[in-house]
Amino acid sequence: MLELIIPSLLQTVYMVFFSTVFSLLLGFPMGVLLVITEKGGIWEKPTLYRILDGTINVLRSFPFLILMVLLFPLSRLIVGKTIGTTATIVPLSIAAAPFVARVIESSLKEVDKGVIEFGQSIGATVPQIIFKILIPEAMPSLIMGITLTIVNIIGYSAMAGAIGGGGLGDLAIRYGLYRFQTDIMVVAVVVIILLVQGVQFLGNKLASKINKK
Amino acid sequence: MIEVQNLSKCFQNGNECIWAIKNVSLHINRGEIFGVIGLSGAGKSTLIRCLNRLEEPTEGKIIIDGVDMTSLDKRELRARRKDIAMIFQHFNLLAQKTTYENIALPLELAGLGRKEIDTRVNELLEYVGLKDKKNAYPSQLSGGQKQRVAIARALANNPKILLSDEATSALDPKTTKSILELLKRIRDELGLTIVMITHQIEVVKDICDRVAIMENGEIVEINTVKELFRRPKSKTARAFIGSLKSDVQEEFIISEEFKGKVVRLSFWGENAKKPIVSHVIKQFNIDVNILSGNISQLMSTSAGHLIVELVGEDEKIQAAMDYLRNQDIEVEVI
Repeated sequence: MLELIIPSLLQTVYMVFFSTVFSLLLGFPMGVLLVITEKGGIWEKPTLYRILDGTINVLRSFPFLILMVLLFPLSRLIVGKTIGTTATIVPLSIAAAPFVARVIESSLKEVDKGVIEFGQSIGATVPQIIFKILIPEAMPSLIMGITLTIVNIIGYSAMAGAIGGGGLGDLAIRYGLYRFQTDIMVVAVVVIILLVQGVQFLGNKLASKINKK
Repeated sequence: MIEVQNLSKCFQNGNECIWAIKNVSLHINRGEIFGVIGLSGAGKSTLIRCLNRLEEPTEGKIIIDGVDMTSLDKRELRARRKDIAMIFQHFNLLAQKTTYENIALPLELAGLGRKEIDTRVNELLEYVGLKDKKNAYPSQLSGGQKQRVAIARALANNPKILLSDEATSALDPKTTKSILELLKRIRDELGLTIVMITHQIEVVKDICDRVAIMENGEIVEINTVKELFRRPKSKTARAFIGSLKSDVQEEFIISEEFKGKVVRLSFWGENAKKPIVSHVIKQFNIDVNILSGNISQLMSTSAGHLIVELVGEDEKIQAAMDYLRNQDIEVEVI
C-alpha cells in the first residue's frame, strides 16, 4: 500500500507545487493589471481592462478537462509529451491562472483607497504604489487567496490524474475504480483530504500571523 | 506662495456637469496657516485636492511658488508633490506597517539610504513625541497618535506646504487641541505654509491666520480670523460663529477697547426673566451697552449671562454693581 501511496503523493505535491508557482506567475500580474487599469484605478486603461476581463471570463468558463485536452499541443511543445506529471503542469497552470487573477484582484481591491491616495499625494510612481503600498497592504488577504488557489489546484490535479496525469487522483481511479481496490481508493482520498486540510491550516495560520490590522 | 486663479471643477455625471467649485480665487502667503471652512458639500475638499492635483481642475490656474501646477506633466507633477505634503481625516496609514515603517516609506520612495532613513525617522519620531511607539502598528495607536504618525510621515521629505484635509475631524476635542498645537509648532519652527480644510470653527479660531468661507462651491468671504470674529461679513460666517459656545466669543471682547467698565453678569432662575438691565438704567442713570449674551434653558430653570459695558460716573457704576449683586446676580469685571 505505502509503496503505491508515497510515489503518488510525491507526484501530486510536485504537480501542485509547480502549477501553483506557474499559475501565480501568470495570474498575479493579470490580477494587478485588472486593479490598476479599471475605471478609477491608478493606471486607467479602459480598453486593456475590457480585453483582460473578457479573456479571463472566457478561460474560466471552460470545464477543466476540456481545457486540458485543448492544451495538449502546448504541453507537447513545452515538455515534449502530453502524458505524465510534468506534462500536466502546463494545462494545470494555465487553467488556474485566470482563477488566480480573480483572487488577486479581489484581494488588492480590499486595500483602503486612502493609502493609495496617500501614495499619489507624495508623488509615488505607479510601480512604487503597486510594490510598496498595494501588495504589502493586501498581504494577509493575498496569502488567503494563494491558499485557496493551492486547494483548488489539488482538486484539479486529482482530475488531471484521470487523463494520465499521475498523482493521487490517478491512483484512486486506477486502483479504486478500475480494479475495485476500494481500500486504496479510500486511502488516496483520505491523503488528498489531509493535504487540503494541511494547506488550509497553514495558510490561515500564516495570514493571521502577519496581519497587523 | 499659493495663488489660485478662477478655479472651477466640474464632476461629469453622464452628460451633466456638477460644479463642485466655481470660480474660486485666493492667495495664500508663505508661512501662513490658512483655513477653508464650509459645511460638507461646500467644495472645500475638492479645492484642497485640486491644489496638488489629486483632483484635476476643470478651469483656472494654480500657481505654487511661481510654478503653474496645471501646466505640469505627470512626471513634473510627481516631483512637485514631494514639496506638498498632505494629511487626511482618516490618517491613511499603512495598516501592515509599524510607525517607523510608515514614516520611512516616503524616504524609501525618494531613494534615501538605510542610514539616512534611520536618522531622519528617529528625528521625526522625536519631533512628534512618539519615540516609544516606534514599533507599534496603527491598530495599536489612538486617533491622536495615528495623526501624529501621519504628520511625521508628511514632514519626512521636508515639504514646503502642508495640506490638511479635515485632519482633526475624527478626533475628540482634547486631541484636536494637541494636534493643532503640533501644526502650529510646525509652522513656527519649520516655516511651512499650512492649508487647513475644516468644518469646525474651533479649528479656525485656534490656529488659522486667515480663513476663506465656502458655500456651494464659492468663496463667500475671505477674512483674517480676528476680523471674522469681530465683524463677520457673510451670513455663513455669522452662522459658524453663532455655533461656537459664547464663552469662546468672549475671548474676542477686549475690555481695553471700551470706555466704560466691561462686566459679565451671570444669572439664573427667576432673575433671567426680570427686566434687570432696564431697572439699572433707570435707577442709576447710567448707559448699558450689551456686547454679548445668551440664555439657555436648563431643565426647568433658565441660566444665562450677559456681557455689558457700563458707561457713567464711577460711583454710579459701583452702586449699580452692588444693586445687581443684591439681586443674586454674579458680577464679574472683565
